[in-house]
Amino acid sequence: MSGLRVAVVGSGPAGMYAIGHLLAQGPEQVGSVTVLDRLPTPFGLIRAGVAPDHQKTKQVATGFGRLLTDPRVRCHFNVEVGTGITHQQLLDHHHAVIYAVGASGSRTLDIPGEGLPGSAAATEFVAWYNGHPDFARLSFDLSSPRVVIVGSGNVAVDIARVLTMPVDALRTTDIADHALEALERSAVREVVLLARRGPGSAAFSSPELLALAQRRDIDIIVDADLARVPPPDRYADRLKLTLLREVAARSPREGDRRIVFRFLSSPVEIVGDTHVRGVRVRRNALRRGRLVPTDRIDHLDTSLVLRSIGYRGRPIPGLPFDDRAGIVPNDSGRVHPGTYVTGWIKRGPTGVIGTNKHDAAETVAALLDDARSGRLSEPTGEFTRWVAQHGTAAIGRDGWARIDAHERELGARTLRPRIKITSIDRLMDVARGTGLPAVVDRWTT
Amino acid sequence: MTYVITQSCCNDAECVELCPADSIHPAPGTPEYAMAEQLYIDPSTCIECDACLSVCPVDAIYPGAELPESMRPYLKINADYFVAR
Repeated sequence: MSGLRVAVVGSGPAGMYAIGHLLAQGPEQVGSVTVLDRLPTPFGLIRAGVAPDHQKTKQVATGFGRLLTDPRVRCHFNVEVGTGITHQQLLDHHHAVIYAVGASGSRTLDIPGEGLPGSAAATEFVAWYNGHPDFARLSFDLSSPRVVIVGSGNVAVDIARVLTMPVDALRTTDIADHALEALERSAVREVVLLARRGPGSAAFSSPELLALAQRRDIDIIVDADLARVPPPDRYADRLKLTLLREVAARSPREGDRRIVFRFLSSPVEIVGDTHVRGVRVRRNALRRGRLVPTDRIDHLDTSLVLRSIGYRGRPIPGLPFDDRAGIVPNDSGRVHPGTYVTGWIKRGPTGVIGTNKHDAAETVAALLDDARSGRLSEPTGEFTRWVAQHGTAAIGRDGWARIDAHERELGARTLRPRIKITSIDRLMDVARGTGLPAVVDRWTT
Repeated sequence: MTYVITQSCCNDAECVELCPADSIHPAPGTPEYAMAEQLYIDPSTCIECDACLSVCPVDAIYPGAELPESMRPYLKINADYFVAR
């Protein structure tokens, strides 16, 4: 017995924590781990989701990077399961496959005008400013003084902060260069966040609000009657209310850009003919703890509406899918013996980065339990041989190490953590070491 | 002076397992953990041993006396969590 061969699809936090749990087993239990990612770069939303001015949060990738250097791990980045390789082919070459593909879709508002140019998903905007290659060519209209974000969760607050903070403060981050240039030309003075619920149950977290409040160069306006909110039951909600009262009591400073938290507000229509010109917003009210719509409708002028109302899982070819919940149906991570899910595709888009560690532990336990009970089929061939024969344009550990070193080296010249490469072709060139000055490979030297 | 968990906490709870005084909550597996915005250190039981600090992947933990100015609010936020429970 040479140990299980396991494939992990997706190298965001969910996949990386699963790999960590697998490697914690001895080599007689887990012989090899194949990690695949559809992008040339690993770590999912750590790279493409976490805001560029939250570099400390991104440090979690340091530990993930160490896992990739384990001799039992084989990296196949830039390979998409479903097109580059099928689920069955993957299963034929491994005892088990764990999907950690996240929730890359976004929920829709289902209101008139949502499809107009100037209306987009918040996740697209985030992927754009973070240099995700699939979104690097998008452009967003920052020519009018107001941006409206539907939603008030941490993603919405991240975007609002990036749009209103002084551009100079972003110059020392790893924000994509194309976003930095667009923000330099931005005419945006105000970002309005539409929160459906009241300030007693705000969607953002208190650490997120505190991080925003610490920026004294952004005015925060709270559009809600904070005096009349009854004390919430949950500690986090009480804390958020306290923090909202603190920021609401500040006096705005002349010349600062501002963020408006507009509570009890739901969009009813995005207005425009060939492009977004505004949003019609309905006031909600709280009656005996229940949210009810009122007759009051306001119009907000804007040329950019971003909906930030939640991520949504996408079906995986060859696996069942619960279309209502946007997840792959599973029992403690087991889809069926040999096929597993972890992270957002397993439980839906909830929790923070570390939540996935404990979620992955449950999935890996189910996998190991199936192995012990003899429910896993022996692989029919070596995956590395299959890859060699099929000639996929995969990037391995060394290729990623070259990209990582190159990006950091580019960044070091201008005191930035890294300068991201945002085109697949260019990433492939750097990974192959073609057309580049030699860079030090920090992982092999 | 107690240790304090601050803004970048990612809830991976490595610290919870290592804390010899069981001072860090909520723990994975509890209903509170699933909903938690961050983890908190109980100032009444923290023994300031450095175990949590050394294992935090995002450097979210500080000895109270070394808290940067911007993270001062977390002293009260950590303590209040245990009063509120």
